[in-house]
Amino acid sequence: MHLKKNIATSESGFIFNPATGDSFSANPLAAEMLLLLKQGLSVSEIKKNILEKYDVELSQLEKDWDDFAAQLKEANLLDH
Amino acid sequence: MQKLKYERPVIQKMNAGLMNKFGTRTEYEPVKQIDGVSVKSLIEKYGSPLFVLSERTIRRTYQDTVRAFKTRYPKVQFAWSYKTNYINAVCNVFHQEGSWAEVVSGFEYNKAIGNGVPGKKIIFNGPEKTNEELITAINNDSLIHIDHFDELYQIIELCDSLTKKPRVAIRVNMDTGVYPIWDRFGFNYENGSAYNALTKIVASGKMILVGFHCHIGTYMLSSDAYAIAVRKLSDLAWKCKSELNTTIQYLDLGGGFPSANTLKGSYLPASDTNPHIDEFAESITQAILQAGFKTDELPLLILETGRALIDDAGFLLGSVLANKRLSDGRRATIMDFGVNILFTSFWYEHKISPAQDFTHHTEDMVLYGPLCMNIDVVRDSVNLPLLNRGDHVVVHRVGAYNMTQWMQFIQMRPNVVMIDEKGNTHLIREAESLKYIEQLEKMPEHLSSFNI
Ligand SMILES: Cc1ncc(COP(=O)(O)O)c(C=O)c1O
Repeated sequence: MHLKKNIATSESGFIFNPATGDSFSANPLAAEMLLLLKQGLSVSEIKKNILEKYDVELSQLEKDWDDFAAQLKEANLLDH
Repeated sequence: MQKLKYERPVIQKMNAGLMNKFGTRTEYEPVKQIDGVSVKSLIEKYGSPLFVLSERTIRRTYQDTVRAFKTRYPKVQFAWSYKTNYINAVCNVFHQEGSWAEVVSGFEYNKAIGNGVPGKKIIFNGPEKTNEELITAINNDSLIHIDHFDELYQIIELCDSLTKKPRVAIRVNMDTGVYPIWDRFGFNYENGSAYNALTKIVASGKMILVGFHCHIGTYMLSSDAYAIAVRKLSDLAWKCKSELNTTIQYLDLGGGFPSANTLKGSYLPASDTNPHIDEFAESITQAILQAGFKTDELPLLILETGRALIDDAGFLLGSVLANKRLSDGRRATIMDFGVNILFTSFWYEHKISPAQDFTHHTEDMVLYGPLCMNIDVVRDSVNLPLLNRGDHVVVHRVGAYNMTQWMQFIQMRPNVVMIDEKGNTHLIREAESLKYIEQLEKMPEHLSSFNI
């Protein structure tokens, strides 16, 4: 899963797509995941990372990750 | 190492320059308690979903409303509109406050009698009254509001076999500038049928004509409409006196004041648009005072206010069953309550608050109920903080019409509790059980068994 190349993200959770002019705000976890994605980590690496750091069950995270991916897709931020 | 608190990831599109129809995020405060009782403990004890009524709010709303009228006019009487919420404990709060009963069926009539309301303080409205019900009401000296000519003749006939003279009023419908006119109830003013009915009542010599009734609509946003209604009823009263030699004792203006709920599709919240109760009180009482009644013949003003007296006092507590995403990308949250018990979600954009802490991140979502039915939509577009399975919410202003129009459909009706003024919680209607639902069913012998 890859973000589109030119998408700008900030640590505070601001996302900007210069191609469309759309901007988004991400909550802290979404911002962190985006940052890790940008750094080129794989999906399983990102999940492992989050599981270590946050108080969450794997099953919950799996569910939320799928939903997060759907949000990114819906927002047109993913490279197909 | 202590792990960090988790909140599921969300992104939300920012619409530069566009005002959010649903208001700013600061609108949301978690509602963790009602009258000092925690939502969590209520759900733990009584289950979810759960209706909660605040006795304190009922009394305060009632007292404020009565004061708005009594400080402007000397003779005011409220009659609790049973259909709005006829759980007996709720009715009795109103009766303790001094309210009479307004009923629209024999069933409601018997409820009022069962609660101990004296017969002569029951107003019997509605188009359907059986002979038996009418005889009971006449013998109890109740106020019978006649809806149509067939009923008028029905009562005249009954009078032949009764010793007591019924006390009656007629329901009048009229053009008050608010459309559609509710002209299916009562006798029309403009075309003369109301006056015609009055002449028949007086000419029969068998009834005592005591008042006029109207109910010009519900969730009325114009206080002027009531002033027009008062003028038309006063004109009838004047004609009654001068031509039929009968003095009218009361004008019953019915119900219809809006509650603070926001109607579906309205751009602004009701709190910004709806007239205050004082405005209605001012219009109505001024119109009566200026109608030319002699001081000693000022009519009693009766009000059958429903939703405006009870909506605020009712809360529905519920829980999140699931989150999902619809095919078009919108988020959907499924609650454990739907239109089955929250009938008013067909009319209102109910305010919904999470019952636990949340961050400032929000999502636009559709709120669905648990029924396997397309119509089961609680809010078709609402912006709420992130909700997770098992989280609780509080739906506000659900006191009117839900606990009477709820459907036993797919699910059974839940517990209803009342929090008294000291903060004690009382179960006032038990959740339904399979046994309760099936107690009226009968199984024909030939269907009583099968082999599959
Ligand atoms: C005759 C009558 N009185 C009173 C009411 C209560 O109306 P509301 O809840 O609008 O005050 C109604 C409701 O329809 C009614 O039909």
